[in-house]
Amino acid sequence: MSKAATSLPRTIGAHAILLTYTVIALFPVIVIVVNSFKSRAAIFRSPLTLPTAETFDLVGYTTVMAQGDFIQYFQNSLTVTVASLFFVLLFGAMAAFALSEYRFKGNTIMGLYLALGIMIPIRLGTVAILQLMVASGLVNTLTALILVYTAQGLPLAVFILSEFMKQVSDDLKNAGRIDGLSEYRIFFRLVLPLVRPAMATVAVFTMIPIWNDLWFPLILAPGEATKTVTLGAQVFIGQFVTNWNAVLAALSLAILPVLVLYLFFSRQLIRGITSGAVK
Amino acid sequence: MGSLKIENVKKSFGPVEVLKGIDLDVKDGEFVVFVGPSGCGKSTLLRIIAGLEDASSGDVLIDGQKVTNAPPSKRGIAMVFQTYALYPHLTVRDNMSLGLKQAGTPAAEIDQRIAASSAMLSLEPYLKRRPAELSGGQRQRVAIGRALVREPKLFLFDEPLSNLDAALRVNTRLEIAQLHNRLKSTMIYVTHDQVEAMTLADRIVVLNAGRVEQVGAPMELYNKPANLFVAGFIGSPKMNFIDGARLGETAKTVGVRPEHIAVSDTAGAWKGTVIHAEHLGADTNVFLETEKAGLVTIRLFGEYQTGPGATLYATPDAARTYRFGEDGKALG
Repeated sequence: MSKAATSLPRTIGAHAILLTYTVIALFPVIVIVVNSFKSRAAIFRSPLTLPTAETFDLVGYTTVMAQGDFIQYFQNSLTVTVASLFFVLLFGAMAAFALSEYRFKGNTIMGLYLALGIMIPIRLGTVAILQLMVASGLVNTLTALILVYTAQGLPLAVFILSEFMKQVSDDLKNAGRIDGLSEYRIFFRLVLPLVRPAMATVAVFTMIPIWNDLWFPLILAPGEATKTVTLGAQVFIGQFVTNWNAVLAALSLAILPVLVLYLFFSRQLIRGITSGAVK
Repeated sequence: MGSLKIENVKKSFGPVEVLKGIDLDVKDGEFVVFVGPSGCGKSTLLRIIAGLEDASSGDVLIDGQKVTNAPPSKRGIAMVFQTYALYPHLTVRDNMSLGLKQAGTPAAEIDQRIAASSAMLSLEPYLKRRPAELSGGQRQRVAIGRALVREPKLFLFDEPLSNLDAALRVNTRLEIAQLHNRLKSTMIYVTHDQVEAMTLADRIVVLNAGRVEQVGAPMELYNKPANLFVAGFIGSPKMNFIDGARLGETAKTVGVRPEHIAVSDTAGAWKGTVIHAEHLGADTNVFLETEKAGLVTIRLFGEYQTGPGATLYATPDAARTYRFGEDGKALG
């Protein structure tokens, strides 16, 4: 049995499947990145070839840098994503801790209520959210986006984290109580480090839709000062003419920060310090 | 300096009543073991004493002071958990000092207490390590050390040996017994293992279904069980219970411990056929299907050659048979 599991044809088969999937998944991204370094004519002539000495052209990147305030857009996207992520993780973990740790009336109902948002898309409430933001004077601010994204990310965060927190040893929390730690210190110092892999999972799942979102920036914060990268890239897409060099360059650049964040969290995913805490 | 009094403590989880009114007095310096089958409420009672769980009604007094509403850290207790519950991100030293730091103990005194207790438990080589770098037995010693440095009025142990392997369990049991001899402090110990209860306790509290069945010294429980439950729970193999009517007795049930039955090849009170024999070297357990008393377990000391199908005669020690009435209580 163990021999069969490591046989050469099986290994080759497994790798062939994985490689096929990798190619399918990466293909669009590679096409975007490759073409962003080519001249406009070359993009249309042969979209799948790598840039050569004569087709290599940085015009897309220079356009992006020259037109609009792309540094500002990047900052906006980053601010919105990082701030939303922080609040989703903080409030999600706190709610999950309360749901998993304390016995109170309506605990289960509360858990279901908080998880309801997983099934109901927040975009259904766009009109009401817009009215709310107009009424509270938050239109065209990053705060509006952060609030909406926090609300959007919380249900999944609460759902995943409360499952993980149930697995944290009760004895450990009780040992903390006997040593006189406050509930906040038990939460921040004992429980959070132990659910770090789960936090990283939630972070990745929360971060990517926020970074890529076009809907809410377009509706709630379309002003020049609050544009996000995905919204900023739209200026190159016109009704009649599209500046493909610039669009592809902007998209390639947009991948970078989220890639860095992902690498940062995936390291946390792998590293676990739980071993040895309890049996 | 460490007495405990529990007054009519009750605890319900929703409609389920886990503790049905517990009264208990523990004197200073006593080693008391709560023992009972799983789900009998012994751990819940310990957690109520620790303050980790609120009692539905009733009071807990430590040193004569009512602590029913005090948080765990203000009760002057220390607890050792089944899963050790060491802080994974802290070194052994920091694990031991955290509680004292929280209480605002001066650094010099913390150092001195850690030095004393780590010497007592031979933990010095491990002070700089993290729990992940220790073996199970070492972790449990650190957990005991963490309890020691608090110099509590009351030590609480929640099945501390359950996660250790058999050899280590005997060693750690011995260490806990020595610790109690040296410190003379009050200890409450919860276990489902009657061997731990018998070997460690000054007094045993037998709990069943949220009630105290009997409180007494180990030998008192062994020799004078108050009811069927205690008689069956204390002692291994379990006491034989025989229907009184079959033996022509007035009592509802007659109990004989397996070690209080003599056997003979030729003559005796109960004739029977051996179903199975367990040869353990020091003892031999014989399961005998008798005509008069039904299936009887007999414990013989040393080796005894017999096997399935053999015919044996068993004679119970009349002075050491127990009689129980309709309600399961022992008859005078």
